[in-house]
Amino acid sequence: MKIVVCLKQVPDTTEVKLDPVKGTLIREGVPSIMNPDDKAGLEAALRIKDENGAEVIAVSMGPAQAEDVLREAMAMGADQGILITDRAFGGADTWATSSTIAAAISKIDYDLIIAGRQAIDGDTAQVGPQIAEHLGLANISYAEDVKLEGDSIVVKRQYEDRTHTIKAKLPCLITALSELNEPRYMTPGGIFDAYREQDITVWGLKDIPVDEANIGLNGSPTRVVKSFPKSLKAAGMMIEDTVEKEVEFLMDKLKEKFVL
Amino acid sequence: MDFKLKKEQEVARDLFRQFAENEVKPYAQQTDEEHRFPTEVVEKLQKYGFMGIPIAKEFGGQGCDTLTYALCVEEMSRVCATTGVIVSAHTSLGCDPIAKYGTPEQKEKYLRPLANGEKLGAFGLTEPNAGTDAAGQQTQAVLDGDEYVLNGSKIFITNGKEAEIYIIFAMTDKSQGTRGISAFIVEKDTPGFSFGTKENKMGICGSSTYELIFTDCRIPKENLLGRIGRGFGIAMGTLDGGRIGIAAQALGIAQGAFDLTVDYVNERKQFGRAISKFQNTQFTLADMYAQIEAARLLVYKAAVAKDTQRSYTLEAATAKLFAAEAAKYVTEKAVQLHGGYGYIKEYDVERMMRDAKITEIYEGTSEVQRMVISANIL
Repeated sequence: MKIVVCLKQVPDTTEVKLDPVKGTLIREGVPSIMNPDDKAGLEAALRIKDENGAEVIAVSMGPAQAEDVLREAMAMGADQGILITDRAFGGADTWATSSTIAAAISKIDYDLIIAGRQAIDGDTAQVGPQIAEHLGLANISYAEDVKLEGDSIVVKRQYEDRTHTIKAKLPCLITALSELNEPRYMTPGGIFDAYREQDITVWGLKDIPVDEANIGLNGSPTRVVKSFPKSLKAAGMMIEDTVEKEVEFLMDKLKEKFVL
Repeated sequence: MDFKLKKEQEVARDLFRQFAENEVKPYAQQTDEEHRFPTEVVEKLQKYGFMGIPIAKEFGGQGCDTLTYALCVEEMSRVCATTGVIVSAHTSLGCDPIAKYGTPEQKEKYLRPLANGEKLGAFGLTEPNAGTDAAGQQTQAVLDGDEYVLNGSKIFITNGKEAEIYIIFAMTDKSQGTRGISAFIVEKDTPGFSFGTKENKMGICGSSTYELIFTDCRIPKENLLGRIGRGFGIAMGTLDGGRIGIAAQALGIAQGAFDLTVDYVNERKQFGRAISKFQNTQFTLADMYAQIEAARLLVYKAAVAKDTQRSYTLEAATAKLFAAEAAKYVTEKAVQLHGGYGYIKEYDVERMMRDAKITEIYEGTSEVQRMVISANIL
C-alpha cells in the first residue's frame, strides 16, 4: 500500500508579529514549520504504516528550503520525500497549486492521498479537495478519525454540530484536521538518516505532466485586488467586581453603544 | 574553524528543546518537590530514542554523535536537571562501557535493551570509603565455579532503584591494587542484590539515588566486562565520557537559569522602570552570558573530541570543571537578580541553584578535574 501525504512548509504564525508602523507581517526570523493539519495527516499515514504496513511518500511543493519539511517527515518515519519545485510554479494560487501537485501525484502508484485541511498561512482549505477533483477521486474532508478496513477507508468527518462516518473505497483523498491525532516526535537517529543517508527526489516542470496554462502566476485565475492589514481592535477592559456590579456596568455600556 | 552546528544537529537540538518544553518542564517542579522519579518522562525519552543517542544502530541505538547526545542532556537540563542526569547516567555510564568493552554477546543481551529504551542503566563505582580515591574498592568478587560471588556495597548510585542493568566494580585481586579491580554487568533481581538507603538530596531530587548492597550475589562468569583486572581503566575511561554528559547538564542548568532571568529582569519594575535598565543587572547578565558561552564551547569541543580523538580526558575534565563552576555562578546570580522571589520555591531558579551544586561534585569533583587537568599538562 502506498500513501501520499501532502505537506506544506508554513511560517509559524504563532511567532509572526505585526510591524507597528507599517501594519504588515514581520516575516524575517520567523521559523518555518510543517503545517499542523498536514502533520496530523502524516501521523495518520504513519499509524496505518505501523499497523498494516505501508509506504509513506511525503510530497511538498515550494521553494528549495521546503525540503526541510520533507526531511522532518522522513525523520518521523516517511519512506520517501518528493519536492515539487520550479521557478515556473511560483506565484501559484490554489488552482495552479493543485493542478501541479495532482499532476505530480499522478506519476505515483498510490492507494491513498492525505492532505491537511488547510494551511495556517493561506487558510483556503481548497488545495486538498482540488487535487481529488483533478485526479477524479472521492474526497473526504475534515477527518477527525481514520481507519483502514480492507480495501476501504472509514473516516469520521467533522461538522460544527455533528459528525459523519463515511466509508470510501481506495483510492481516495482525505483532508485531515489537526485534532485527528497527536503527531509523534522525530527520533534523533531518524533526523541523522534523513539528512545524511536519504535523498529528496526533486521534480521540476519537465518532470511533471502538467498543462503549462495551469501553473504558476500565469495559470492562476485568482487575482488579489487589494491586501491590507486589519485595523487593530481597541484595547479591552477588565472589570473586576461583584457579579451584580459587573452586569450593571456591562448593561450601561451596551446601552451607551446603542446595542440595547 | 566553524562554530556552527551541522543541520542535523541543529534540527535535533530543536527537537530536544521542543520535547523538553512540552514533555519535561510540566513535571520539573513536582519531580523536585515530591522527590519522585519522573517515570512518565523517562518512558517518553525511551520511546523516542533519547536513551541511546550515541550508540550504534546495530545495537539498538540512534547512531548519532556525542555532540548530539550532549545537546539532548543540555536541553533536558535547561528545564529539569533531574531528567538531564537520568539521560546522562544511563547513556554515558550504563551504555557506553558495554559499547566500548562488551563482547558481542554482552552487547546483544545488555546494550540493545539499554539503547533501544527497554531498560534503564546505572553504574556503581563509589563506595562509602572509595569516593575520589576510587581505587580503594572494598566490594569483592570471588570466582566460584562458573560464577563470581559479589560482596560489598555501592553508594550514591544514580538511577539506583529504577535501573535494570548495572555496571559494578569490585576487587578480584586485592594484592594487585588498581590492577585488581574488575568490572561486571549485574542484572536487577539477581539474588543477593538489594537496595539500601534512598538518599535525601539537596538537588536533582527526582533522580533515584540509592545504595546498592551485594550479599553473596552470584553472577555468571560471562558477565565480567572487559578483561579481569582492567576495571579501573574501564571506570576511568567511562568517567571521561560521563563528564561530558555532566558538563552538558551544568551548561543546560546555567542556560535555563539565564533565560528565566532575562525574562524576569525585563518584567520586574523597581524605582519606576524595569530592573534590566540598571547597570548592575546588565553587567551581571553580561558576566553570566560570558560564562555560559565559554562553557558551551568547552562542552561541545569535548563532545567532538570524544568522537575524533584517541584521548579526550583533558577536554572532558576541562569542560566539566568549567561548566560546573559556571552553573554554580550563573544560578547564584540568577537567584540574586530575582531578589526575594528567587528564594521562593515557586520560582524555578531556586531549584536550579540547588541542582547546579551537584555538578561540581559527582563524576569527579572539581578538585578531581583539577588533578586530571594538571596531570595532563605538566
